[in-house]
Amino acid sequence: EKNYTKKAFPVLDLDYHHIQTPFEISLWVLLASVMKLGFHMIPRLPGIVPESCLLITVGLLVGGLIKLAGEKVPPVLDSQLFFLCLLPPIILDAGYFLPIRPFMENLGTILMFAVVGTLWNAFFIGGLLYAVCQIQPANPSELHQLEILPCLLFGSIISAVDPVAVLAVFEEIHINELLHILVFGESLLNDAVTVVLYHLFEEYSAAGTVTVLDGFLGIISFLVVSLGGILVGAIYGILTAFTSRFTSHTRVIEPLFVFVYSYMAYLSAEMFHLSGIMALIACGAVMRPYVEANISHKSHTTIKYFLKMWSSVSETLIFIFLGVATVDGPHHWNWTFVTVTVILCLVSRVIGVVGLTCVINKFRIVKLTTKDQFIVAYGGMRGAIAFSLGFLLKKEQFPMREMFLTAIITVIFFTVFVQGMTIKPLVELLAVKKKQEAKRSINEEIHTQFLDHLLTGIEDICGHYGHHHWKDKLNRFNKKYVKKCLIAGERSKEPQLIAFYHKMEMKQAIDLVESGGGVNLP
Amino acid sequence: MGSKSSSLNKIPNAQELMQETGFSAAHILRLYERFEFLDVDQRGELRPEDFGAIRELPMNPIGDRIISAFFSPGKETVDFASFVRILAHFHPTETSRSRDGVQPEPANSRTRKLKFAFQLYDQDRDGKISREELLQVLRTMLEMQVTEEQLQSIAERAIQEADLDQDDAISFDEFRKSLEKVDIDHKMSIRFLS
Repeated sequence: EKNYTKKAFPVLDLDYHHIQTPFEISLWVLLASVMKLGFHMIPRLPGIVPESCLLITVGLLVGGLIKLAGEKVPPVLDSQLFFLCLLPPIILDAGYFLPIRPFMENLGTILMFAVVGTLWNAFFIGGLLYAVCQIQPANPSELHQLEILPCLLFGSIISAVDPVAVLAVFEEIHINELLHILVFGESLLNDAVTVVLYHLFEEYSAAGTVTVLDGFLGIISFLVVSLGGILVGAIYGILTAFTSRFTSHTRVIEPLFVFVYSYMAYLSAEMFHLSGIMALIACGAVMRPYVEANISHKSHTTIKYFLKMWSSVSETLIFIFLGVATVDGPHHWNWTFVTVTVILCLVSRVIGVVGLTCVINKFRIVKLTTKDQFIVAYGGMRGAIAFSLGFLLKKEQFPMREMFLTAIITVIFFTVFVQGMTIKPLVELLAVKKKQEAKRSINEEIHTQFLDHLLTGIEDICGHYGHHHWKDKLNRFNKKYVKKCLIAGERSKEPQLIAFYHKMEMKQAIDLVESGGGVNLP
Repeated sequence: MGSKSSSLNKIPNAQELMQETGFSAAHILRLYERFEFLDVDQRGELRPEDFGAIRELPMNPIGDRIISAFFSPGKETVDFASFVRILAHFHPTETSRSRDGVQPEPANSRTRKLKFAFQLYDQDRDGKISREELLQVLRTMLEMQVTEEQLQSIAERAIQEADLDQDDAISFDEFRKSLEKVDIDHKMSIRFLS
């Protein structure tokens, strides 16, 4: 009889445990989307405060509420989740839509900032931090126990500019193409340096001693990590392009190939501790021209909007989680350590940028002005990659882990809030050139190609084998061999200008239909 | 430095050229070396055949136009001074751009660079790119990979888009306007020497 009363409704039951994980994930995503929607509905707010600041604030509030309610705060920003789920969409979006032309034209400068700049920052911050920790005669504090290797490890974590934070802020201020690609390119390419330094110092601090040979091997592994990452990415990119050659009968899975292959490129690179970010960038950039020629227009639109949606939700989640993790995290506040870290980060970035620009300007056609240098130095935001790397440290090996995390969070908050909120007024104040709205015209396309041929010719006449000469060689090779293998049918022979013309015609036709111009429908 | 200035002496009008074009002594020297290398029979002048001997140039779709840009109308040869004057268009602009206005505009100013490119299109030098001239350029650049109708429609579209005064041709001002957003300083400069 007892059983009978309980089973009044034999199927119904409250089984939250069963659905807890997917349900909570959905709730987080929903929160992120609603917040994003909300900010853009409040008038004038998006103009004053960058979205990333607001999102962190929401994260702080939500974390605080959960804590007040007496619940255990979920460990939202754990490193697995971050590196395997949240980061790849953002990087793929960046890599797939990478403006190749400005990127290649400024590659030297970007590499200089990304490689030499990050190395400089890591060693400068790590070294000086160690020195500061040692000189404190009146106060024999815990900082004395800090050794040089953990300091350098900390320096390498904190010195890498974060692509997520940079993108989030720079998307909003519409800065000119050159500055955008410099800061953004740096944030993408410094991953290789960060990965190598992180793993190196982690291993060395376990081993205890470092020899000259170790340093030499470090340089080798940097080359392996970056070039290996690019190679893995390029292989998967070519695979994607080749596969998309045969999808003309099954259009519905076209977008999937792009996503799965690039995700596999990321995972394959991460498996060997190569730079996953660089693999993803290389994959996206290599596949794009060929995939776009092969797939249907609708599939392309799908790819574009899925990438945009994923990256924007990931970015929103990361910032909210950063806020939540701040409330949750075990903190260990040390005034000296935190203050010195923030100051050193600022100082080393400024010195690094100014010093490197002195060298770079000797080789550049268009010099970097003082304004440019200021924006590059000031735009060096730190973000969730630094937090996640710090989070990965083991407590047994690094007793100072909690202090490191607190300092990292402070630096992130400082760069995202103070620098993020002031960079827009500063750009206005300095009258930095803004981005000119890029609606490409057919004339521009024709004349740019014409000028490219002209410059190739002039370089040949001068006997100076530069940029244009090599680009021309690469183009010929691409046209002669690669396109035939990777692009199906007639389109492999279609010149870029024709493709551009078709794209423009299509866009115009769609616009015309949507605006209802021409034909008046009943 | 001593050897440099002494070898500069054998170049005719070297100082004047430096004044005029903004090239440094090292630039001039390097260009002179190149000039001598191209000048196979050592006459102090280049002929169109000398340019044709550069291996990559015949592959360039607009190679002929570039070569003929070095020869002033009716002339068969180009001497070193004119050679340098043409190349001065591609000298990177220095940072002190604001000083222009008083002295004559340097060859590497934005306008002069654009003018140079414009004249490569405008073969009959009437100050306009006609539809036929645009078609010729498109035909060579696209290398026979497209049909005549496609070419026609692209040219039609381009002229329609750029032509503001409805004369069915692109004048220099219209040309300049359509390239407003392009960073010409960057696109039309060559780093001769680091």
